[in-house]
Amino acid sequence: MLYAVLSGFLLAALVPLVHRSAGQFTGWLLALLPAALTVYFASFVPLISGGEVLGQQWTWFPGMDIHLGFTLDGLSLLFALLISFIGTFVLIYAGGYLKGHPDLGRFYIVMLSFMASMLGLVLSDNLVALFVFWELTSITSYLLIGFNHESEKARKCALQGLFVSVIGGFFLLVGIMLLGIYGGSFSIVELLNSSEDWFSAAPLTLLILCILGGTFTKSAQFPFHFWLPNAMAAPTPVSAYLHSATMVKAGVYLMARLNPMFGEEMLWTVMLTLFGGVTMFVGAWLAYTHTDAKKVLAYSTVMALGTLTMLIGIGTEYAMIAFAAFLLGHSLYKGALFMVAGSIDHEAGTKDLTKLGGMRSLMPWTAGAALLAALSLAGVPPLFGFIGKELMLEAVLSAGPLQGLVVALAVVSAMMTAAIAAVVALKPFYGPRVETPKQPHEAPLAMLAGPVVLAAVSLLFGLLPGVPETLLVTAAVTAVAGMPLDFYLSLWHGFNLPLLLSVVGLTGGAILYRYWDRTREPLERLMTRLDRFAPETGYFRALDGIIWLCDWQTRILQNGKMGNYMIVLVMTTVVIVGYTLAAQHGIQFTLDWQDINFYELAIVALLMVTAVYATTTRSRLGAVATMGVLGFMVALIFILFSAPDLGITQVLVETLTVILLVLVLFRLPGFARYSTLFEILRDGFVAVSFGALMTVLILATLDARMFEPISSYFVEAAYPEALGRNIVNVILVDFRSLDTLGELFVLGIAALGVYSMLKLRAEKLND
Amino acid sequence: MTEPDKKIMKDNTVILHTAALALLPLQLLFSVFLLLRGHDEPGGGFIAGLVGAGAVVLYLFAHGVDATRRIIRFDPRDLLGIGLLLGTVSAFPALLRGEPFLTAQWWIFDLAGTEIKLSTVLVFDIGVYFAVVGTILTVVVSLTEAEE
Repeated sequence: MLYAVLSGFLLAALVPLVHRSAGQFTGWLLALLPAALTVYFASFVPLISGGEVLGQQWTWFPGMDIHLGFTLDGLSLLFALLISFIGTFVLIYAGGYLKGHPDLGRFYIVMLSFMASMLGLVLSDNLVALFVFWELTSITSYLLIGFNHESEKARKCALQGLFVSVIGGFFLLVGIMLLGIYGGSFSIVELLNSSEDWFSAAPLTLLILCILGGTFTKSAQFPFHFWLPNAMAAPTPVSAYLHSATMVKAGVYLMARLNPMFGEEMLWTVMLTLFGGVTMFVGAWLAYTHTDAKKVLAYSTVMALGTLTMLIGIGTEYAMIAFAAFLLGHSLYKGALFMVAGSIDHEAGTKDLTKLGGMRSLMPWTAGAALLAALSLAGVPPLFGFIGKELMLEAVLSAGPLQGLVVALAVVSAMMTAAIAAVVALKPFYGPRVETPKQPHEAPLAMLAGPVVLAAVSLLFGLLPGVPETLLVTAAVTAVAGMPLDFYLSLWHGFNLPLLLSVVGLTGGAILYRYWDRTREPLERLMTRLDRFAPETGYFRALDGIIWLCDWQTRILQNGKMGNYMIVLVMTTVVIVGYTLAAQHGIQFTLDWQDINFYELAIVALLMVTAVYATTTRSRLGAVATMGVLGFMVALIFILFSAPDLGITQVLVETLTVILLVLVLFRLPGFARYSTLFEILRDGFVAVSFGALMTVLILATLDARMFEPISSYFVEAAYPEALGRNIVNVILVDFRSLDTLGELFVLGIAALGVYSMLKLRAEKLND
Repeated sequence: MTEPDKKIMKDNTVILHTAALALLPLQLLFSVFLLLRGHDEPGGGFIAGLVGAGAVVLYLFAHGVDATRRIIRFDPRDLLGIGLLLGTVSAFPALLRGEPFLTAQWWIFDLAGTEIKLSTVLVFDIGVYFAVVGTILTVVVSLTEAEE
């Protein structure tokens, strides 16, 4: 399974080569990988549907219990199959949709990386690895939403999606850490199998809220739903794949995955049911008020994500079965519908539903696929969507304390969903022909394959519900419920309440569709008026707030005056170190004047004189030169106390510093006193207190030696272990080489900083 | 700024001119010497890098930026990159032997009666050398070019 996940990244790296030689057939060629993966995962179906769970593990950071562990059970298999199956058609579709786009190669790279990350996410057994893949999907999603990076709107939307999901990801990370700490393992399998004794010791409320913070943002639950419709700035294949069929379901996946653990917790069930139900309703409502085909579909995706969350929250047997069936059905018809919307946009030049009509005869295949997929969305028999919806209604009727509310929400949402399904699939293709910006033709083969196949599968699964049931759904339900359940899927459940609700929903939907033109606009106006209460407004407020805060603190702390920085740094050190020293040790030291040589005294005297001269002189060159002298004196001290390496380094550094200073000095205006008396006294105080602190500190250190100094270890180990006699060098390049490596990079960054500062300035002067 | 001392870098002081020409190879040789003996005697990549950079800077003061760029051939930023690359690369051989990242690997053999000690540590030290030279030259060359 590791190779199945890595293959996507590998192929992504090879895309430039493939794209160069395969040209416009790249999409077909690249789609071979997800197709092969589909076959690979499908080969596990007999095993998994037989109730087995496969696991594999590669060590990654053994010291921290972080492994690349993969588990294949019913739930992850269902997701893996959806990802690779839909991925196949999306890649083909993209080849047609973005034909001739200059950045098509880059698109494939990010798309394949996303697919690999998503596979990693649903297969990971280790929560930390899952988190890494989770964030990778956020990043690839960001790159894909912002694919048209020259459009400011696309960039903004991409950033919004990234912010929302990354902030959520931060909460998720906290949740995962808490799980790991209190549950004793990062492995999902181990956590699920462990007894839940640790619940009483853990901050369970915080833990659940943190995890939900991650999953709700990722899966666009109310009040975080606003980023998903904005993500429609991405090219349509991206919307079809990431923002309906796969990535946005990652949050739902994780909730389903953890459900056997938290399913008994009141907070978990109430939060999921309530927020899921509200999201379902808000999604359906907003979908009804929009006219942009992609936005309508996006909001109906929000509706579906809410439904799935709600079903997990309800948690009864029916709810679990409904969850798996609804998930499968939604991925199939929503992927198809998005691709249809993309084809309409591509062919007719607009995706505004009020400006489309009568294209059935011009695009018969697309129209057929759209009709099938929309019937499934609306939940009309014999499509698979009907089964999902029936089960959902049945589950809602068993919802426990929140039953009244969720039933009402579910029925209203079902009506609106039926209406929008009709709007999306019927409006563009039936009725009178409306003039469009472009003369539409049937979409090319690459753009037909996806919608037609996915819609056909929806029909097939609906007619033969036993096929998905035995192959996929049963095992997935077992994984979500945490135990095997006995059930079968069928179109006909007899005359019962769900059927009645279903009929009510469809009839209501038909009426709403009939009056869509007339009711939509007043509703849209109402929503515009409510805009300032919308969660998205809160997002923008928060963003403005952060910018204001950064601006404010930058003005205070980072005001660009070197002197202020120095004072803040030095005085912080003085206060903190001084306080610690006084509190822990007391200011005490012993002075021993006996073994001082006269030349040492001479050096110290010289040091003092030069220091005083450097601070008082009125000549810059003089100051630089005396600073040099000071450095050489220090080097001399190093050599006297037998540290030749330090001495040499000090001499060389001093030399180069003087050279650099001379180069800079050259550019400065003539010497002048800029400081007021107050500033001079203040700076003097800072300097003297720092000097005094260091003196006292060093004297105290000599006094209080609590441990054997580490230098003796280095002296002993240098030759036997590192084959070197120069201890300083051995420490630098062997014992502490990671530090040195870090320092090298710091050096490099500093040099590039100087370079770019001077270069940019030169360019500005030239302009 | 139009004062005459602006051209301090390129003054035709014959002594400096000639001395720099003669000193450059000697100093560079010395820096390599310091680099290679560093593991056992005072020296090492950092010090050697400072000496090497000093040598080039002296040449730069005597002959100007263009001449300096010509003799070092590489852009100083590339030297910096080479240094960082060598430093990073030297960390990996240990992984191949299943040891922790950056563990020193030694290859000691006898060449015509002399014991030769090669190691990833040496590669690392050479990386330090280039990084230091690259850093200093990047800064000095940029500053000097900004001057002109």
